[in-house]
Amino acid sequence: MSSITALALLPVLGALLVALVPSENSLRIKQLALGITTAVAALAIFIATQFVTSNTDFQFTETHEWIPAFGINYSVGIDGLSLVLILMSVLLVPIVVLACWNESEGGRWSAKVFYILILILETMMIGVFIATDVFLFYVIFEAMLIPVYFLIGGYGSGERAAAAVKFLIYSLFGGLLMLASIIGIYVTSRQYLGAPTFDITALTELHKFISPTTQNLLFLGFFIAFAIKAPLWPLHTWLPDAAKAGTPGTSVLLLGVLDKVGTFGMIRFCISLFPDASKTFTPVIIVLAVISILYGAFLAIGARDLKRLIAYTSISHFGFIIMGIFAMTSQAQSGAILYMFNHGFSTAALFIVGGWMIARRRSSTIADFGGLQRVTPVMAWMFFIAGLSSLALPGLSSFVSEFLVLVGTYTRYPVAAVIATFGIVLAALYILIPVQKALHGPTTPGNEELPDLNLREKIAIAPVVAVIIALGIYPAPVLNIINPIAAHIVESAGFTDPAPTEIAGK
Amino acid sequence: MATSTSIVYLIALPLFGAAALLLGGRRTNKWGHLLATSMSAGSFVVGLYQLSLMLDRATEDRAITQKLFTWISVGDFNVDASLLLDQLSICFVLLISGVGTLIHIYSISYMAEDPDRRRFFAYLNLFIAAMLLLVLGDSYLNLYVGWEGVGLASYLLIGFWNKKPAYATASKKAFVMNRVGDMGLSLAIMIAFATLGTTTFAGVSEHAHHASEAAMTAIGIMLLIAAVGKSAQFPLQAWLGDAMAGPTPVSALIHAATMVTAGVYLIVRSNFVFDAAPTAQLLVVIVGAITLLLGAFIGTAKDDIKKALAASTMSQIGYMILGAGLGPAGYAFAIMHLLTHGFFKAGMFLGAGSVMHGMNDEVDMRKFGGLRKFMPITFVTFGLGYLAILGVPPFAGFYSKDLIIETAFDSGGLQGPLLGTITLIGAAITAFYMTRVMILTFTSKARWDEDTHPHESPILMWLPMVILAIGSVSTGYLFTRGDSLENWLSPVFGEHGGHSKEHLIPPLVVSALALLSVSIGVSIAIIKYQRNEIDRIAPANVSIFTRLARRDFGQDAINETLFMRPGQVLTDVLVKSDDKVIDGAVRGIGRMAIGSGAVLRKSQSGFARSYAAFILIGAILMIAGIWVVTQ
Amino acid sequence: MNPYNYLYLAGLLFTIGAIGVVVRRNAIVIFMCVELMLNAANLAFVTFSRINGTLDGQVTAFFTMVVAACEVVVGLAIIVAIYRSRRSASVDDASLLKR
Repeated sequence: MSSITALALLPVLGALLVALVPSENSLRIKQLALGITTAVAALAIFIATQFVTSNTDFQFTETHEWIPAFGINYSVGIDGLSLVLILMSVLLVPIVVLACWNESEGGRWSAKVFYILILILETMMIGVFIATDVFLFYVIFEAMLIPVYFLIGGYGSGERAAAAVKFLIYSLFGGLLMLASIIGIYVTSRQYLGAPTFDITALTELHKFISPTTQNLLFLGFFIAFAIKAPLWPLHTWLPDAAKAGTPGTSVLLLGVLDKVGTFGMIRFCISLFPDASKTFTPVIIVLAVISILYGAFLAIGARDLKRLIAYTSISHFGFIIMGIFAMTSQAQSGAILYMFNHGFSTAALFIVGGWMIARRRSSTIADFGGLQRVTPVMAWMFFIAGLSSLALPGLSSFVSEFLVLVGTYTRYPVAAVIATFGIVLAALYILIPVQKALHGPTTPGNEELPDLNLREKIAIAPVVAVIIALGIYPAPVLNIINPIAAHIVESAGFTDPAPTEIAGK
Repeated sequence: MATSTSIVYLIALPLFGAAALLLGGRRTNKWGHLLATSMSAGSFVVGLYQLSLMLDRATEDRAITQKLFTWISVGDFNVDASLLLDQLSICFVLLISGVGTLIHIYSISYMAEDPDRRRFFAYLNLFIAAMLLLVLGDSYLNLYVGWEGVGLASYLLIGFWNKKPAYATASKKAFVMNRVGDMGLSLAIMIAFATLGTTTFAGVSEHAHHASEAAMTAIGIMLLIAAVGKSAQFPLQAWLGDAMAGPTPVSALIHAATMVTAGVYLIVRSNFVFDAAPTAQLLVVIVGAITLLLGAFIGTAKDDIKKALAASTMSQIGYMILGAGLGPAGYAFAIMHLLTHGFFKAGMFLGAGSVMHGMNDEVDMRKFGGLRKFMPITFVTFGLGYLAILGVPPFAGFYSKDLIIETAFDSGGLQGPLLGTITLIGAAITAFYMTRVMILTFTSKARWDEDTHPHESPILMWLPMVILAIGSVSTGYLFTRGDSLENWLSPVFGEHGGHSKEHLIPPLVVSALALLSVSIGVSIAIIKYQRNEIDRIAPANVSIFTRLARRDFGQDAINETLFMRPGQVLTDVLVKSDDKVIDGAVRGIGRMAIGSGAVLRKSQSGFARSYAAFILIGAILMIAGIWVVTQ
Repeated sequence: MNPYNYLYLAGLLFTIGAIGVVVRRNAIVIFMCVELMLNAANLAFVTFSRINGTLDGQVTAFFTMVVAACEVVVGLAIIVAIYRSRRSASVDDASLLKR
């Protein structure tokens, strides 16, 4: 058994262990969940140290036959792209468990079910990134919806059932289109590659044989599914509802990890399998991405609810990521992948701290807060730093990725980059408006007695802030993993970085 | 270029101070201000040490670099975290850390009563570190980090008393307007990378002369936008007046002496870009000329002493930008005016702070008057700064401002006399409004509120003022003696350095003209204010021009109608359409499914025979269909 | 004799049965009509078997008869049960399944 299979199985084994603890003993359950998720994170870091960054092939591979008649295998492996996303996911889960210690209480079911769902979800999060078989990926991609559905519907607030159903149906719709494309892959691979296969590496040959129309259709099936997941304008409306209804911890995993499966899929499947179709659709996608950037920002500015605001900022950030992915320069591609990683942490910080604020105030309306800087200085600072990271202040991690995306996009699509740059002004607005309303000004009634962060909360948020600052100053550790694979993606899609226009030939 | 290992301490010391105070929390309340002050002073000492080392080296070896680590490296995009200390940056290093340290000392006393003094000092140290990074970065991207860092520090300090909603809004306004400028800077970096493949000053400088003019013009205009935002130049000037919400030492340090002059630094540092882009250069000149008049006019109508000084800052930076826009002839003089202005304006702001300290934090000059007797040191130091800004010989401003006026006259063609006249008019108005400030505050009859007891400030406050006053007296002479600053800086400006010695009007005549303008301005102010009684409340029956100037020529109204209102409308429309149109479509699909279910449900009558009939009809239809198809 | 005539007969019987199912209310009569349709189909199967000279149709006819026998058992039991509770053998009275 390869070590990444072990990594993927560890959380679900932990879930079995949690199931053995009586539901009344919720403290023991939480401790156990924290222990398991921390162990998973430790194992993932160990695997990362064994990873050879210069190699762009899949590593730690493992293959077993699953449904030989259709050429379906259980095959897994990781490259730089999946490694950074796995690292981000497994680091976020224990932080979420620790930060959102009490949100499992008061749900429809017991705390035990909550943590079992979280652990199952973690297995799937790892599984979806390590799968190198398209069918295996599809199965996990769809199965991931189940724990999230129950987490939102069972433990959320407000119109949680409606939001959960909306999320489920939106995602299933995308999944259906993807299934059609997967059947298409089966048919075409049987026709052109000799035998049906779902192996990613083997399928990269497929585009040489199939007609442009077929390729475009197969591409669209995947792309729409991922664009819903990511989410890209105008397929985004499930996100604010789901993020608002879910518990803060669920929202962190939803926006931080699950949505990344969308952008991950765009790189792994859309671009790698259908490079010609990607080229065809790039102009449209870039336009949609730029719209997402500005649209998300404007909606965040207009948002009155803290959780919806954070969700809209994410739509804007996903616009940057998708623009970077399809700009097809090594800077933009590296920037987009790094952005996925950084966005996980900066959104986690926003949601976690925002969640604490909401839990204390028992309201998520921004106008209900006021003057928190004087009442709860540490919490206010954490929110402020998370906000600065979201507006991509230089020196914090998001800046590096956002700037790489912009500079990389500019070399190929200057107009898109210039318009997207307006996003940085809007970002200042959508962060500073809630900062002013919630943290500054006089302390408004109802906020005088709010308690500041306790030790557990400080321990939970510290690593997030540390990552945000450390990677802003020294992004090399993550960039070193990303750069080779990003360059490889751009190169194998048939692109080279544009040379400087004014000194060409010199 | 030689490398060094000690430049980083310039930044590291204040950065450590900021981190220690912010992370240490209340534990550091007792000694935090001392730590912060010593860190800033330490930075100044390191700066002096570097200067002495630099003086020991030959002219061509004076610039040194220090590579800290590789910051971002992707494909051809390689940016090192690397520092560059040359003749230009050392001037700024000494100004920032020197004036910065004086203001730290001043603040110990000024902020003594504030429960959050530690936080204030942490922000000040953060600012010093960011500002030093701004002037020490060896590439546009490193500069950008400092550029936004000072923006953050400025935001935190303007909103230091953000309990008051207006102050919180002022800080937000400053940050957002600065971000508009930052957008220009990031676009400049993108263009530079896309066209020249580099973002370092050295790299851009190397390729600047053989790149196309269009590319350099684009970079130049973007850099100008950045400078305009940071330096509160037209049309992004509106934030500076509101920024006076911050504590007065902040106004002295950030919004007079250092941060707002970063735009001038950026333009002068990018001299190679502007030399290759005449159109961008012309725009720089236009912006400078407009702002110097605009700021001066606004200054004439303000009753708030800090806002009057802020308008003056805007106007004086207009002079610097104008100087920088005049090309190789003006770079050194822009920097010289920047340095002298750093002394006299910081001194005057501290003087204003000292006045406020003695007057229960009153800022309305109409409620001052006659303070000369009660605050002699403040009066003398402020007065020396006043003489310096007016350009009275032999005070500092005389040298630096005259040189800019001279260069403006010499800039050739029709432009020369026009710009020269504008700078002279600016000088006259400056004289008018500064005299007005002096009269209203110090020499006219007392118009205090009843419970005020004006008194001189403690030594920790007046000592920095005295030192800055000495600077305002002496620096002009020191910088011009044997063209010392000009020669010192000339290697930075490459082979273009040095200005032509042919003059349109002889320098002596220019000086005479400038002095004449100044005396006209002073006389009008004396006639208008010294002779007449001054109302405690600003008179309402004033000319339309005064009313306009009081409202900053409607800059807020313009911004509101042009950007904020449409932006709000757009936001509202988008918020509504997101709910109604996009999500409406999604919900519509859901409702359609439910609705069609409701219709079809009616066929489920429960009567077994109707089901049977349906089956029969269906079967017949199918058979008929097959029959038709197969026929 | 022309075997196709048996097919016409089967069609006739099936139509009579189908119309009976649709127009009659009494469950017993409907039931008999269903049987009529089944037997019409059986007749068709056997006829095809005869026409094609294979045994497939006859085998299927036996299957149908077995299924029909099972259906009679279950169907009659249901009809009897409904009659006991509702005192009526009219299918229109038993329209409660729609809810």
